[in-house]
Amino acid sequence: MKVLLYGYGNPGRQDDGLGNEFINRMQEWVNKESLEGFEFDSNYQLNIEDAHAISDKDLVIFVDASIEDIPDFCISKVTESSKMSFTTHSASPGYVLDLCKKLYDKSPVTLLLHIKGYEWNFKEELTKKAEDNLEKAIDYFKEKLRNPISLIQFEIPEF
Amino acid sequence: MTKKITIEPVTRVEGHGKVTIYLDDNGNVVQSRLHIVEFRGFERFVQGRPYWEAPVLVQRLCGICPVSHHLAAAKAMDVIVGAGTGDGLTLTGEKMRRLMHYGQIFQSHVLHFFHLASPDLLFGIDADPAIRNIIGVAMKFKDIAVQGVMMRKFGQEIIEVTAGKKIHGTGAIPGGINKNLSIEERDRFLYGPDPMNVDKMISWSLDAVNFFKDYHKKHRELIDTFAAFPSNHLSLVRKDGAMDLYDGVIRAIDTDGKKILHDVDPQDYLKYIAEEVKNWSYMKFPYLVEYGKKDGWYRVGPLARLNTADFIPSPLAQKEFEEFKAYTNGKPNNMSMHMHWARLIETLHAAEMMKELLNDPDLQKDDLVIKGTRVNEGVGMLEAPRGTLFHHYRVNENDQITMANLIVSTTNNNEPMNIAVRCVADSMISGQKEITEGMLNAVEVAIRAYDPCLSCATHALGKMPLEVSLYDSKNNLIDKKRT
Repeated sequence: MKVLLYGYGNPGRQDDGLGNEFINRMQEWVNKESLEGFEFDSNYQLNIEDAHAISDKDLVIFVDASIEDIPDFCISKVTESSKMSFTTHSASPGYVLDLCKKLYDKSPVTLLLHIKGYEWNFKEELTKKAEDNLEKAIDYFKEKLRNPISLIQFEIPEF
Repeated sequence: MTKKITIEPVTRVEGHGKVTIYLDDNGNVVQSRLHIVEFRGFERFVQGRPYWEAPVLVQRLCGICPVSHHLAAAKAMDVIVGAGTGDGLTLTGEKMRRLMHYGQIFQSHVLHFFHLASPDLLFGIDADPAIRNIIGVAMKFKDIAVQGVMMRKFGQEIIEVTAGKKIHGTGAIPGGINKNLSIEERDRFLYGPDPMNVDKMISWSLDAVNFFKDYHKKHRELIDTFAAFPSNHLSLVRKDGAMDLYDGVIRAIDTDGKKILHDVDPQDYLKYIAEEVKNWSYMKFPYLVEYGKKDGWYRVGPLARLNTADFIPSPLAQKEFEEFKAYTNGKPNNMSMHMHWARLIETLHAAEMMKELLNDPDLQKDDLVIKGTRVNEGVGMLEAPRGTLFHHYRVNENDQITMANLIVSTTNNNEPMNIAVRCVADSMISGQKEITEGMLNAVEVAIRAYDPCLSCATHALGKMPLEVSLYDSKNNLIDKKRT
């Protein structure tokens, strides 16, 4: 089973780097635990080439910071979406998944982990509250990644 | 009664932008403005930081074109550490940076054409927005969409090996570069399995130029007249007049092709270029001092670069350049939609340059950094994908930055984008009783031709829908649309 964990955001903008930091820490943990079948990636934003990157995966977990009024973190199942995102040079997870389906006829199970952030200034440091949320999300996924097949049949949990 | 139409924010451009168009009682356009909310706080943020941090710090400014800011800041710091400008670096240092830069130009231009422009061209400006996007292209023109994806991936991978990593690359440092290119890295791009090799990228780039030329033949009136207007043009050129996207002297020409800025040293840019502030926009309006605010504004970007350069120093792109120039009998090309043609010729040039550099054994050498006598001020300029980028810094005796001034490509194109909006509003909205989605998209197409990037790196804050509002002369909201 091939699993891709992909965080995106700008770590130079405080909590916008939550997704990137999640990837850093999970990669370290997966290596330490010698778990197999995982790939990690991190970037400023998703883009069209990511449709190719996810096309040979069974499970994809995108990780992003959120400014919305959500719990400390939340997980949703990504569905294909042809809706353009507002920004020119970035794409939403649903958009990437849709492009993957159209171009490569593949539809990996795709989840989106949102971690709540609070501050977005020119600083390379997570806020304390965002750090707490990150830790909670990591603890949750450490358990799940030991048996990633459970995430394939993922039901949105209560948080 | 005057009506006001607001397009807020403009879709498929970075950051926050809105367009307002004011109509009189007869429905004729009396005024149009492109308003842009830009982050200017960055220049203050870097004050007090050690100068050697600048090439990494500036990548916080924009998650879309971080490589351009990285390299422009590094070039300014080259001056400060006494490494001089341009060819003052070691061969390996300069060529590694050039490879990084051409990778950036390549991936950015590809994204713009395939992702942003091709839906408008393939389906038409007034086509259903539900299909007028890259997903629509993927369904109807799958081969083109796959090419776009793989070409962008290639450019991104070039950046990764030269900058060191995808996020906050550290490749360029004051006075040089911190790594060379290994044989394994080189061979991956020269001889990678189809299609991930540079020969295929050149071949596909040529296909893209031919695609545009074919489209142009079939839609000549649209491409030649849409948002066409006379202007000055400005860019860097090599000292011998060749196109050079990484380094050179500043040249500007007027709408007839007469040189109005004669190949001046970027270190002296403040003698020639000033910025006007207008009370209705957060973004400044640059102009050539000698010609004043009214007549001194200019265009930057691919169209300007093909207008200012005497030739392109790579064979396939030069051949296309000659055809491009012949179309206007050697005179400057002032047709906004020809920006796409120019962009694709530059894409081809970038692919050719990547191949030339990948074959250059200097990239495997170990002489990476040079330093000289430290000074307190430096300017770094380059031609970013969207146009000329200025980074200017002063530092004190404690190595802290005391002043930063950045003029980004989109700021340089502020006045031209406003004029492009007015052109389209005049031709497509004036006198019409009903404002259709197609008309509003036409305004956006004119703006998108300039590929503006409004420095909205914090994507979590950037998720806004398109909102269109219609006001009467008393500023009463009479209609509102949201996508």
